[in-house]
Amino acid sequence: MSSFSFSSLRNCFSSPTEPALLLAAAVFAAGAWLMPAWLAFLLTLAFAKGLVVLGVVIQMRAGLVSFGQALFYCIGGYGVGLAAQSLGISDAFALLALGTAAGVLLALACGWLLTRYREIFYAMLTLALSMILYGVLVKSSALGSTDGFNVAPPSFLGWMPEGDARKQAVYLLAVFVATLVALGLHRFMVSSLGRVTEAVRENELRVEYLGLSPQRMLFANYVVAAGVSALGGGLTALASGHIDPDMAIWTTSGEFVFIAILGGTGHVVAPFIGAIVFSVIRTFAIQEAPNLWQMTLGVSLLALILFLPKGLWSLVARSKKTEVTGISSPVSKKGVGASPKGISSPVSEKGVRA
Amino acid sequence: MNAILETRGLTRTFGAVVAAKDLNVRIAQGEIVGVIGSNGAGKTTFINMVTGYLPPSSGDILFDGKSVIGRQPRAITRLGMARSFQVAQLFPKLTVLENALVSLVAAEGDRPSFFRPLDTPQRRERADAIFAEFGVTRYRDALVSTVPQGARKLVDIAMALVSQPRMLLLDEPTSGVSIEEKFALMDTVMSVVRQHGVTVLFVEHDMEIVARYVTRIMAFYSGEIIADGPPRSVLSDAKVQELVIGHHLDVNAALGEAA
Repeated sequence: MSSFSFSSLRNCFSSPTEPALLLAAAVFAAGAWLMPAWLAFLLTLAFAKGLVVLGVVIQMRAGLVSFGQALFYCIGGYGVGLAAQSLGISDAFALLALGTAAGVLLALACGWLLTRYREIFYAMLTLALSMILYGVLVKSSALGSTDGFNVAPPSFLGWMPEGDARKQAVYLLAVFVATLVALGLHRFMVSSLGRVTEAVRENELRVEYLGLSPQRMLFANYVVAAGVSALGGGLTALASGHIDPDMAIWTTSGEFVFIAILGGTGHVVAPFIGAIVFSVIRTFAIQEAPNLWQMTLGVSLLALILFLPKGLWSLVARSKKTEVTGISSPVSKKGVGASPKGISSPVSEKGVRA
Repeated sequence: MNAILETRGLTRTFGAVVAAKDLNVRIAQGEIVGVIGSNGAGKTTFINMVTGYLPPSSGDILFDGKSVIGRQPRAITRLGMARSFQVAQLFPKLTVLENALVSLVAAEGDRPSFFRPLDTPQRRERADAIFAEFGVTRYRDALVSTVPQGARKLVDIAMALVSQPRMLLLDEPTSGVSIEEKFALMDTVMSVVRQHGVTVLFVEHDMEIVARYVTRIMAFYSGEIIADGPPRSVLSDAKVQELVIGHHLDVNAALGEAA
């Protein structure tokens, strides 16, 4: 009989981040029985948002800012809603899988076009696509037009909880999904592909002359980002029980970029920290100053850019320099990335590859 | 001897400016060719066309008998032609080791893994061997942006050689490098390329460097090749001395010092 040892347990993990994530997940899961229902709901939505922001962050690590990530958030939500309504599927896991698949399929179609563009052109095109979806949904009376429609309560592998138990189950599902995705994307960020996409951000020309296609790397990255963002949208649909076109509107995308800057891009956990802090600030700002909550958020962001340009994660990174999962934020303090000198970039002035 | 690189009637115009005019070049396997010429002579345009960065206006480029016209730079790299740049093209916010690891991943194939880490013991071992070969081991863990220019140039060339190309094109390998460092840099690079049997074509302004390391010189002027042959005959050419070098060059001294 093989004996248990801590060293064999340590070998299961590729880095200290993985056991730390599992520990955090266990703490959050235990909280399901300790915290008030409102807090569990707030955290459920924050984890869902964290997933979407993770999609924004992995694009930022590749040097691209998406101002249209709400496209996939909305597709994930509507995927879940439509699968529940039209196909009669109630299992939360199957619904999330379908919502994610819808996001991935859309990304496979849009990615080849979008990843030809860089900088502001990429940002604006992502925004345009999300607004096209918004426009279509608003005009689609079959999908509830501006009101959207409700999503039926899900079941969990045949179990159909009621009342608070259902909210608790959705919260636990959010913790489970967020942990799983964080573990997967942590590996992705240190993988060959994950690091090469950072190299693309640093110097696309060199990547090309090493024999790799920068566009293909960015495309793969884009599809991964779309998948996790759609998953976040699906989770939101299950948690709130309602979806509407506002999920795709540009201010929703702006919120995700806000959270990405708030949390930072230095670690897979940063978007979740950003999403939780954002949700807390917004909840209390709305409660205490209902007419000034946007201003409160604006001031918070201003203070953050001034004092913590690399986001809240830099507070953790500063005190704990034990593990390097990547490199510093692709957006410098002045918001300008490094560009190779001496030879012009293969990206033209219009931001499209020549 | 079979030509590893051949250009036929290669021409490139930028509006009314003819940057390269009817270039017919044959480079045999194992040659070390120096390309000289004043600014605007068409040297870099020639390298950029050969490596797929610039499409020629007309003509053909054959690498190992295959036309590379219309191919992306990455496809040309995969055929076995690598290049370095006048200003070292690296990933400045990554360490020297990480730069090498990215090159190693690229050399392994064009589809990097989603889950296998970039940093593996096998790749580290290979990277360390490369650093030892190029004498940059002490910069291994430094961010590229903090490394001296000479070492950056070496890392740039090392990254180009990681894929074990058959031909290497160097665009002014010693530009921006101090006088004290340039011969050491070229000694290191030439030692490595000779060891691996790589054909080299390099653009250079420094005649001392050219005279010391090449087996053949091509002199460019106004988009045309005005002289092509062994160093002694090209450097002695009155037209080359007047139009390219710009002053009388004591060829015996230059080649004598090189010897």
